[in-house]
Parts: sequence; structure tokens; C-alpha cells
Amino acid sequence: MLGKLSWSAIPIDQPIPLIAAGVVLVVILAVLAWVTLKGYMPYLWREWITSVDHKRIGIMYILLAMVMLLRGGSDALMIRVQQAIAYQSNGYLPPEHFNQIFSAHGTIMIFFVAMPFVIGLMNLVVPLQLGVRDVAFPTLNSVGFWLTATGALLVNVSLVIGEFARTGWLPFPPLSELTYSPGVGVDYYLWSLEISGVGTLVAGINLVTTVLKLRTKGMTYLRMPMFCWTTLASSLLIVAAFPILTATLAMLILDRYFGFHFFTNEAGGNVMMFMNLIWAWGHPEVYILVLPAFGIYSEVVSTFSSKSLFGYRSMVLATMAICIISFMVWLHHFFTMGAGPDVNAIFGIASMIIAVPTGVKIYNWLFTMYGGRIRFATPMLWSVGFMVTFIIGGLTGVLVAVPPADFLLHNSLFLVAHFHNVIIGGVLFGAFAGLTYWFPKAFGFRLHEGLGKAAFWFSLIGFYVTFMPLYAAGLLGMTRRMQHYDVAAWRPWMIVAAIGFVFLTIGIVFQVLQIVVSILQREELRDRTGDPWDGRSLEWATSSPPPVFNFAILPDVHGEEAYWAIKSRAKQRDLEKNEPHYEDIEMPRNSPTGFVCAFFATVMGFALIWHIWWMVALGFVGAFATFVVFAWRDHDEYVIPAAEVARIDRANMAERRALASHPGSA
Amino acid sequence: MTDAAIAYPHGDPHHLRGMEASRVAHAGPPSKRIVTGYGFWIFILSDMVMFSAFFATYAVLLGQTAGGPSGRELFNLRNVAIETGFLLASSFTCGLATIAADYRNKTWFHLAMGVTCVFGLAFLAIEAREFADLVARGAGPTRSAFLSAFFTLVGCHGLHVSAGELWLLTMIAQVFAKGFRADIQRRILCFALFWHALDIIWIAVFTIVYLLGSAS
Repeated sequence: MLGKLSWSAIPIDQPIPLIAAGVVLVVILAVLAWVTLKGYMPYLWREWITSVDHKRIGIMYILLAMVMLLRGGSDALMIRVQQAIAYQSNGYLPPEHFNQIFSAHGTIMIFFVAMPFVIGLMNLVVPLQLGVRDVAFPTLNSVGFWLTATGALLVNVSLVIGEFARTGWLPFPPLSELTYSPGVGVDYYLWSLEISGVGTLVAGINLVTTVLKLRTKGMTYLRMPMFCWTTLASSLLIVAAFPILTATLAMLILDRYFGFHFFTNEAGGNVMMFMNLIWAWGHPEVYILVLPAFGIYSEVVSTFSSKSLFGYRSMVLATMAICIISFMVWLHHFFTMGAGPDVNAIFGIASMIIAVPTGVKIYNWLFTMYGGRIRFATPMLWSVGFMVTFIIGGLTGVLVAVPPADFLLHNSLFLVAHFHNVIIGGVLFGAFAGLTYWFPKAFGFRLHEGLGKAAFWFSLIGFYVTFMPLYAAGLLGMTRRMQHYDVAAWRPWMIVAAIGFVFLTIGIVFQVLQIVVSILQREELRDRTGDPWDGRSLEWATSSPPPVFNFAILPDVHGEEAYWAIKSRAKQRDLEKNEPHYEDIEMPRNSPTGFVCAFFATVMGFALIWHIWWMVALGFVGAFATFVVFAWRDHDEYVIPAAEVARIDRANMAERRALASHPGSA
Repeated sequence: MTDAAIAYPHGDPHHLRGMEASRVAHAGPPSKRIVTGYGFWIFILSDMVMFSAFFATYAVLLGQTAGGPSGRELFNLRNVAIETGFLLASSFTCGLATIAADYRNKTWFHLAMGVTCVFGLAFLAIEAREFADLVARGAGPTRSAFLSAFFTLVGCHGLHVSAGELWLLTMIAQVFAKGFRADIQRRILCFALFWHALDIIWIAVFTIVYLLGSAS
């Protein structure tokens, strides 16, 4: 009846996951109770859960990422503490638990923190920057978000019901095959990523179509803000790379569920094929993450230097070059597999070549700052911190791209330090820069500057103190994922790294505090102009937060830096007085399709993990029925009358005019 | 509705209205039909990437028969040729259905979709019989890595056709219940793209799996 599921699946003998899960459950129930008692449930359902508004979906993606960051961060804390104390002892985590923790840490940080964070920011900002009212497929957008949430949910369910994979964040066979991983851990991994992978693919298709097709009048490709270009590149990579992940994991599923022989040691299976396939997705994946971050830095550096971006066209070229070359370097993840010196040399050289366009970008940002009137607000601090940190990470990356060096450094802590260096210093700093930069646009008030700066400095210092020691330990020969060790020389570095993590934790606490304090002080921090940073692109042309239709009149673009041009012209003419002609606006209606579909996907995923076949069928039928019901509805749009549009827009324009007539107040 | 106007202008069979304007500068977002079709093309491209992963796997594992039967001993090309005939014919009738939808002719639409459905089912039946036959002869997917790759690649295409059948029946029901509404027309366009794309993939399956496979 319930497949492999029984009471023994709940780890009653392990206090740590049980207590953690208990705390999480209490928090969730408390929030639910609070929301219900306060009567917010209908509001949440109407305005958020069923919303197809790209801004709301973007915000929900980011919220998911931030919650998962706390989960992934807790895992990181446990890893660092374990390695600090597990010298010639077993530490406090038994090996099978430690293995689950580092696997969950990597999986969560990449798939459920970094991915939703950048996809959320792209969703929130790109339609605004393109001057349009929504993404190409609003309901599909909601489906994509909720499927990502399903994946995150399944990973977290594994904490209490059953176990998670012990194979690392990529389930390398033969370890991940049924012979060596007979439990449900790998199945949790596989199904959560298959489901959330569909969500990511949907988001990618949506964003590619949005950027290529839905641009406002006059917004030619070479007038798009840099963030739109990097979104395009990143989404193209999603479309081209995620299907490979889906296929590869499907093959592993077939091996595990039906006894196929793709990656087994017997009957002709080929383990090395898994490495090739997974990294053919995996390497583009790191650029899927970092390219949007590059776009954020471009926006931030240009805005806070009060200058247009230096070398815009070379930046576009560099972005698209990275987009293509990222598919030609995957083999550098396994030089040691023995493909031979010629193959290794080619991929080593390709890996070094990809550093060139990245270098072009760094120089462009530096030259954008050169001669500018730089304001060191929090987003700018994250950007400058990124430039320094990412250069170090890039250099160590070029180092491991040299095959002979890689033979020494492969799977050592040097590698761990390298990719944390580029992912924290590149992606996460970018996400934080984007968060503080676009927060006023999303919510209508700024984040507290002082707390933001404190968060930045603690994170930056914490990052260096945590990860520089890992380089050293790696050079001393310490391999990754060690539950305990006996080498005295490694010990001091592990202790320093644990101290560094304390700083990182304080940084995160300050970030949470920053959001709480800013919400409490939102009246003082209110952004009335819609343009708190003196921005240059179209998202600042509308109010903060923007109305549901984004722009009362779709803007007409005449050159690069669309909003800067509008502002300059407006100043010359003392702000245009004659009102535009408002028209009715058609907007897509909200739909619970995404949420209901994800509910059935959760049921189906859980049933597949535990081999409950009737429940699988139930989930599938439910999901299909949801789509049919959606396809059957008669009204998919509603009309906002011209009078209402005019009322909303007049209020915004009046605020702007009032502030513009008092120079210095804006 | 401009959308509907663009969907059935008889003087504009390829729905290109509005393209002239965009040649000058960027004229703003095109019609919903164009955006939807474009987005669906992107999806099809991603689907092709997934198939290429399975094709690559098949190519790698082709010789890994683990002492079991190889493609030459297993494949019945006559059978596959009939199968191919059914699928290609179904693509043709699917094209007829699209034309009928453009002319908003329910009778011809349902007739053409019905025939497409039957041809698709015939294709699936032949494939299912082939699979059952192979399993009965001890050449199931668990026999060797080569057979794992074969069953997965061909089965993945078969699953796509099955999903297409489900979609096809839904479209028939929708047109029956709601008529040729603009959003339904867009779905018909996407369905047609999907069905034809499966043909393209089948051509590759036929060539690489069956023709090359039975030669090796």
C-alpha cells in the first residue's frame, strides 16, 4: 500500500535532524497559525500564491532562495564545526550523517539558493527594463516557480522521512547506483531535481522569449540594459543545458528503478559517460548562475558611478562569448579521468580562453568607475567586493585549468575554496547587490544602509577568513568531504575556517536584521520618486512599487540608457505638463494552476521516491486535470479601465513633479 | 481582437502581417500568436537537446552488448518502415488539420485530427509490439547497456508520441466544446509544431538507431 514507506523511515535515533525538523515544523505551523488568525490567508491566496504577476513571482523566488540559504548555511555551519573538531576523533557527526549534510549543502545552495535568487531577480527586473507589462507566458511562470518550490520541499522532507543522498551534490555512479546506495536518499535527490529542473527550464524558455520578442517600441537589441543581455545569455544556457541534466538523471533513475545498465559496472554500462553528461550540463550551469550576477554588477557600477557603462558593446560580445565557450570546457572537471594528454590540453586551453571575456568585463567595470562620481552605497560595496574576490577566484580557476596542476589539486580543499570563491564572491555577492539595489523598486522603500554595510563587511571578512585557509589546507593535501583526519598540519586551518564562518553568520544575521528594521522604518525609508538611486534604465521610470501593469503608457525608446534620456529631456522642458492619452489595459488573470500543479507534482515525486505506485498515478492524473481545467477557462484576461490607469499614473507623476521642483530632496 | 485578425487572414498564409513595420526599427511586441509560437519553438529546441543526450548515449553504448544480441540480430527493418509510414502520414494529416483550423472548418478539423490520432496509435501499437517481442526474446532493456540505450531513446520518443496523443484528444475536445477561439488556435499551432518535431526526431531515430544499428 505505501511502498517502501514505514515508521522506520523516521530517524528517531538521530537527535540532530529530528530536532532541526521539529524546529522547522514549529516555525512553519506558527507562521501558518499567525497568517490564518490574522485573516491574511485569502489575501495571500489571491495576491501571491495564485499571482501571475512577474514582480510577485520574482519576489517569491527570492524569498524561497533566502529561506533555503538559511538551511544550506546551517549545513555549512555543521560541516565547518565537524572539521574543526574531528582531528584524531570522530567529531560529533557520524559519517553517514556527515555525508548527507555535505550532499544536501551543495544541492540546496546551487539548486535552491543560487538558482531561484538569480531567476527571481531576472523575473522581477527584466520586463521592467524592457518596458513591457509582463513576461511572455505569465501562468507558465507561476508553474515554474511552484515546481522549483516542490523540489526544495522534497529535499527538506528528506530530513524527517527517510534520508538524503550521501553521494555529494552530483550523484556519481557507481556510488549512486542501487548496489552502493540502496536507500531512498539518491531517489530524493533525483526526483527533486527532475521536478525543479522542469521549473527552471520553463523559466528559461519564458525569459528567452520575453527578451527576444517582448521589447517595447524602439528597444532594439543594442539598446537593452546589460542585465537583459546577461539574462538572455543565461536563459539560453538554461534551455540548452538543463535538458541534458534531465536526461542524465532520467538514465540514473532507470538504472536504479528498472535495472538498466547506463552507468553500472556490469553489462557494458559506462561510468565515465555520466561524468561527461553531467558536466556538459554542470559547466554551463556555473555560467547560468554567474552571468546574471555580471549583469547586476554592470547596472550597479554604472548607476553608482553616475556614468554610462564603459564598453557596452564589448560587454555584450564578452557575454555572448562566455555563453558559447561555456559549452566547450566541461572536461576540465575530470582531467584525472585519463582522457589523454591531447584531450586534456585542448580543454585546459579552452578553460583558460574563457577567462579572457571575463577579464574584459572586469576592465570594463573598472573603467566605468574611472572618472565617475562614485557613491559607495551598499550595492556598490558588494560590487567592489566582488571584483577583488572574483579576481582571486578566477586566478585559482586558471590554475586548476592547467592539467598537471589539476592532477595535484583535484578533489582537494583547494578546489572547494576555488568554487566557493567564485560562487560566493561572484553569484551570492551579485544577488545581494541586486537585492539591495532593486528592493526599493519591489517594495517602495529602501533597505537600511548602515545595517547593509555592516552585513557587507562581515560577509567579506568572513568569506576571506573561511575560505583562504581552505586553499592552504588543499595545498597541504587535504581532500574534500573528510569526516575526520589525522594530519596535525591541517588542524589550524580548519579552526581558522570555523572562526571565519562565525563572521559569515554575523553577516547573514545583519542581512535578516536589515530587512526587519527596514520594514519597521519603512516610512522614513520610503521611495516616492520611483528612482531612488538616480538610475539609468526603464525600471526606474515607473513608480515604486510599480502598478500591476508596470507602465501606464509603454515607453518609446530612442537610444541606450532609456530612462537617463527621458530624465535629461524632462529637465530641459521642466517636466512635461501635457498628459498622455490613457487607454484600457488588458492583463492576464491570476490562476491557481501553478500551485495546484505543484501540489500534484509533490504528491507524485514523493510517491515515486517511496515506490507508492497508485499515488504516482493519482498525482499524474491530478496534474493533467489541472491543465485541462486551465485550458477550459473562458476568460484569461481582465481589463483595467483607462480612468483607473490615469488615476494611478497621475498620482505617481504628481509625486515626481513635487520632488523634482525641490532639487536635492530626491 | 487583433490577435484573431492576425490568425486568419486568408491573404496572409504565413501570418507575417506586421513584419514589414518591424524592419524599420523595433516596433514593440508582436502579436500573441507569434510570441506563443516562438516560445514553443524554444521549448522544442530544448526537447531536441534532451534527445541529443539520449542519441549520444546510444552512440557510446552501441557496441556494449555484453555478449547479448546486437542491433543486426534484433531489428526488423520492414516493421520499422511501416511504423515510419504511419508517423509520416500522421504528420501530413496533422498539417491538414492545421489548414482546417485556419479556415475554421470544424468537420475537416475533427476528421483530420481523428485520422492523425489513429495513425499515431498505429505507430504506438507497432512500437509496443516490437518492445514486447524483444523482451520475450530475452532482449529487454536490462540485458545490456546497448539495449538500455535503445529502449530509452526509442521509448522516450514513444512517450512523446503518447503525450502528443493525449494533447491531440484534448484539442479535439476543446474545439468541439469551445470552437476556434484565438487561444485555442494558438494551442493548435503549438500542437502541430510538437507533432511535426516528433517526426523530425523519428527520422533521426530511424537513421541512427535502426539503419546504422542494423548495419553494425
